[in-house]
Amino acid sequence: MTDFTATPAIRPRRDGVASRLSDLFWRRPQLLLFLMLTPPLLWLGIIYVGSLLALLLQSFFAIDDFSGLVTYEFTLDTYRQLLHPANFDIILRTLTMAIAVTLASAVIAFPIAYYAARYAKGRWKAFFYLGVMMPLWSSYLVKIYAWKLILAKEGIVTWVFAKLHLSFLLDGLLALPVIGGNSLSISYIGTFIVFVYIWLPYMILPTQAALERVPVTLVEASGDLGATPDQTFRTVLLPLALPGLVAGSIFTFSLTLGDYIIPQIIGSSRLFIGQAVYAQQGTAGNVPLAAAFSVVPIVIMGIYLTIAKRMGAFDAL
Amino acid sequence: MTAAVSFSKVSRHFGSVRAVDAVDLVVQPGEFFAMLGPSGSGKTTCLRLIAGFEQPSAGHIEIFGETAEGVPPYRRNVNTVFQDYALFPHLSILDNVAYGLMVKGMGKTERHRQAEQALEMVKLPGYGTRKPGQLSGGQRQRVALARALINRPRVLLLDEPLGALDLKLREQMQEELKSLQRSLGITFIFVTHDQSEALSMADRVAVFNNGRIVQAASPQEIYSRPKTRFVADFVGSSNVIDPAAMARFGGLERWASLRPEAISIGAEGQLRANVRSSSFLGAATRVSVLAEGVSLSVMVPAGQPVPDVGADVNLGWAPGDVHYMDDVA
Repeated sequence: MTDFTATPAIRPRRDGVASRLSDLFWRRPQLLLFLMLTPPLLWLGIIYVGSLLALLLQSFFAIDDFSGLVTYEFTLDTYRQLLHPANFDIILRTLTMAIAVTLASAVIAFPIAYYAARYAKGRWKAFFYLGVMMPLWSSYLVKIYAWKLILAKEGIVTWVFAKLHLSFLLDGLLALPVIGGNSLSISYIGTFIVFVYIWLPYMILPTQAALERVPVTLVEASGDLGATPDQTFRTVLLPLALPGLVAGSIFTFSLTLGDYIIPQIIGSSRLFIGQAVYAQQGTAGNVPLAAAFSVVPIVIMGIYLTIAKRMGAFDAL
Repeated sequence: MTAAVSFSKVSRHFGSVRAVDAVDLVVQPGEFFAMLGPSGSGKTTCLRLIAGFEQPSAGHIEIFGETAEGVPPYRRNVNTVFQDYALFPHLSILDNVAYGLMVKGMGKTERHRQAEQALEMVKLPGYGTRKPGQLSGGQRQRVALARALINRPRVLLLDEPLGALDLKLREQMQEELKSLQRSLGITFIFVTHDQSEALSMADRVAVFNNGRIVQAASPQEIYSRPKTRFVADFVGSSNVIDPAAMARFGGLERWASLRPEAISIGAEGQLRANVRSSSFLGAATRVSVLAEGVSLSVMVPAGQPVPDVGADVNLGWAPGDVHYMDDVA
């Protein structure tokens, strides 16, 4: 048998700088944390937040109508401009779209996420992740142009409706005021469909993660105590999945608020916030107004998160 | 009298696995019934069949004379205390307990009043405003119990409810569960893999193995007259002696069980043995001896001399204490 008394009670330190450093970091864990966090925090603080603040600062300046140059004096003129009906319409339009896209994404994502969290095993789980993530791997522009073709008047959707002798349904849909249009690819309905398609994975994944953390026994316990499946959904599943749904909606909502490419390629020519920012800081050269427009999504998200917190969306975290 | 729960030839197969295999079972109203067995023996699946979380692949289940197959859990007046308690983490303790009344549409004031009473019954008055995460394991267990009992179930199912508790709390809860069952008069069906728990709490015990019930009898019967080798082995404390050794000991050439406390160590006796080890248990000392190549355990009550390790001793027992068994699982 091995002699256990032959080994030293405390081993000597190994040679080398790495070993000394290990000992130092073990004694002073804060030092390691400091060294690891400083570079990313500097990056975040200066390059990210700093430049954002610089942009926001711009919104408190205004452009001189005659010279077209920015006057560097603090004023709320630009914000007054933002509330002009033409500009305010852009905000309302974008907000409505973001709400619609978020709600639709949640409704579509929940069953998929529930299936993946509860029933998918092994191969099917891998298939689920592939299916959800794969659209994220291909180019965003390619997908949007593909959708333009799909939704165009000569596209496959029109063709399928015609073949099924259901053209009247599509025509009826397109005849709706405001959201309709000449074809799906130049209507709000088209913009909406593409937004939902593009952002859906961002809703599915956090919802699935939240549902995965709900033990099956909670659902069984609810039924055991007399709750019908729909009561179980409302009182157990939905509240426990809510943090995931809210996390997902933060993505779908804010991404829709800020996107300027989808509405540019698919939809009516009426502007969304992102397009307005793009136009104001580019062709129009009105950086203060562009900055003011980019404040809008930040404020809306702030309000949204406050409401979500009030409603207890983060209590189960 | 109508049985509380009756199984006739009930099977539940998962693919090729026969989790429950043609089980016949009758649980009487008001009985404290334990299902005992190793993990994977089918006892939990039987419980889930009664609760309605599983449907039988074959056979017929009745709960108080009513057919249970095809009836969803939420229509069965049967409640379960889950192994992990399954308290709703987003609800307060009071709302957890009142949940069953809430889904039945009872108003808030009345259901909270009843929930408060139920919490008093399980000795947790005033805990209603807390969340499950703020409670200890033992407290959560009581909440789960209150939540199940508030629905006034005809049958209460308990799935290893004491498994996660430490020994002292466990013994205390065993006592409380027994007295609660006696005062409420509800049928309790209790799943456990702990034989001492089953024997000490239940009126009747069913020992499961490989999806079948090997023996269903009173704890005394299970302990002193195990039907098969498996029961004796699983219930544990008894010496299981193989046929060849039994013949050498002068008995019949069959599997036998011999309780450790039935063996005496002394000057006279029919068998020479050598003491290998001993462990002090408080009320008695368990001595392991080797006799004729067979290792036996002998219980020496406190106050009697305990032989030293390595000593040669004589063993004796009354022939009537030897219980012969079937050699089947």
